[in-house]
Amino acid sequence: MRVLRLCRWLRALPVPPVRALRSAVPPRPAWQHGEPRPGAQRKVTAEVLGQLEHLALVDFRDAEGVERLQKAIWFADQLQEVNTDGVEPMDSVLEDRCLYLREDDVTEGNCTKELLKNAREKVEEYFVAPPGNIPLPKLEDQETFLQGS
Amino acid sequence: AMLRASLRQVSAALKEGHVTPTELCQRCLSLIKSTKFLNAYITVAEESALKQAEESEERYRRGQPLGVLDGIPIAVKDNFNTAGIETTCASNMLKGYISPYNATVVQKLLDQGAVLLGKTNLDEFAMGSGSTDGVFGPVRNPWSYSRQYKEKSVPKSHSEDEESNWVITGGSSGGSAAAVSSFTCFAALGSDTGGSTRNPAAHCGVVGLKPTYGLISRHGLIPLVNSMDVPGILTRCVDDAAVVLGSLAGHDPKDSTTIQENFKPFELPNLTDVSKLSIGIPKEYHAPGLSSEILALWSKAADLFKNAGAKVIEVSLPHTRYSIVCYHVLCTAEVASNMARFDGLEYGHRSDMNKSTESMYAATRREGFNDVVRGRILSGNYFLLKQNYENYFVKAQKVRRLIANDFVKVFGNGVDILLTPTTLSDAAPYMEFIKEDNRTRSAQDDILTQAANMAGLPAINVPTALSERGLPVGLQFIGRSFQEKQLLTVAKWFEKQVKFPMIQLEEVKRHDHGVFRHQKSASFS
Repeated sequence: MRVLRLCRWLRALPVPPVRALRSAVPPRPAWQHGEPRPGAQRKVTAEVLGQLEHLALVDFRDAEGVERLQKAIWFADQLQEVNTDGVEPMDSVLEDRCLYLREDDVTEGNCTKELLKNAREKVEEYFVAPPGNIPLPKLEDQETFLQGS
Repeated sequence: AMLRASLRQVSAALKEGHVTPTELCQRCLSLIKSTKFLNAYITVAEESALKQAEESEERYRRGQPLGVLDGIPIAVKDNFNTAGIETTCASNMLKGYISPYNATVVQKLLDQGAVLLGKTNLDEFAMGSGSTDGVFGPVRNPWSYSRQYKEKSVPKSHSEDEESNWVITGGSSGGSAAAVSSFTCFAALGSDTGGSTRNPAAHCGVVGLKPTYGLISRHGLIPLVNSMDVPGILTRCVDDAAVVLGSLAGHDPKDSTTIQENFKPFELPNLTDVSKLSIGIPKEYHAPGLSSEILALWSKAADLFKNAGAKVIEVSLPHTRYSIVCYHVLCTAEVASNMARFDGLEYGHRSDMNKSTESMYAATRREGFNDVVRGRILSGNYFLLKQNYENYFVKAQKVRRLIANDFVKVFGNGVDILLTPTTLSDAAPYMEFIKEDNRTRSAQDDILTQAANMAGLPAINVPTALSERGLPVGLQFIGRSFQEKQLLTVAKWFEKQVKFPMIQLEEVKRHDHGVFRHQKSASFS
């Protein structure tokens, strides 16, 4: 019964002509989404794509991934519309407070066994990694890498 | 009927011995089994839950319960570390990862005697607004199976269309919202970075509270955006949210971003006189795409306050429209940094590739992360490149300050609480939702919730009414920093006025066998 009453409550709302709404709620959207400016979509160079894959150690996998990045950049470009002259960047909403610093005393630890449990390759108390100092293949040799597995 | 009670009601029942913790736990576990098709839980910790329930029962027997939460079944989103229980973040990267420790909020709940039923499903690494992009498949909104929704559905010719009609929970804490909404637990933890607790709360018809940044510890919450993440609380009513908040809030030496002031848990007064309240209606929250239904509901709510004597005024938060763009940049940048820890060496998935450290890292990350996560990491790294740092990252940080200042100005002018919609529309059918990609969806769906994270303010979704389609719609209240008591008091008053209907879930047992088969083909396609 309560359900029906509420449905009626909602349906009974008059659909008023826009100007008759007395409520403080604005009857029309206060803004609209931006449209992509023709020619504004900067193409990301293959060099930058390679650089990103190298930095992130994550690959784009395919053209769709690259397209996603392009769209993300276009989306972020809307920030340029905002006037931020004289505005300081904000790192944290708690910037007006002092960071809590505790005493430099050891309060926990001795959990080597627990921590090693989750590692796949280990020897004694070491995590084992493959040989380092071997750079990832260069872009030219990366045909297959960029195209993904 | 006990399962539909509120947390406080069931707590009183436990105290009076009307029900025992083990009985309650078993009923919840059984309901989880029969609602498996919702896919709300990734891991059900049956054994440990029953053990916790037994311990709680012993305490009640001795007349020494630990508090209101003793024996109460709860669920936790799977991006919180839980000792001895798999924590996956719905990602291949952490499949099989057994946390060696409890997140502070989990520990606090356990210390109060709560019974941890399991870990709930989410979007992979909490990135998304539908709870559809995790490796364990999408979460189904329990309201898809409610009498209210079915009554309004256009009758289809084939019976199997009923199954493809299900709606999403919203995200990314969809599993937690579905768990609370379907009565399998009395409270659940979510996380909120851009609206991830309030969005699914609105779609699932439950209360979703995002506390002030710095009030609740993030230690053990696998981070997305360090400067915006907060643990979120999902419950069936506002009073319950206050109870859970009371046990979680407070300084944590393990999280240096928690404030040092002492937090005093509070009980919410029963507000009767709202005449001293000033409610602000930020006009920019009539965003493009807001459904006419929700607009009408929002207006009706504003009138409700006005007719009760409160001062209701239109205010302006001029930078609202840039909040989502700003979030996009800051979020991807922080994600790029936070996800760097996943390299396969110390925990999580590790690729078999072992030619070199770097190639192992790259292969591990390619295998472990889904497209959404990888996309955000790459975007984030783009914005952090030396040539882009000023124009994107620092610019976004400046815009963040402008957004935060908008709120400071409005609250400084005497407004106590802001009233806004939580979502642009009611829950979309899954088949519709997946037509757009994750980033587009997140940009659309987080529009109304994101700014509160930018400014670190507390915000709460209160389920308000059912839509024409029979699905929940909620409204959002945003309060001043650390003024949760005022925020929740107003929310509670509003909740009492609107009397949101209880979900009428069909006989769930009937679904169990047939749907589970169907669900498998849908989620692993």
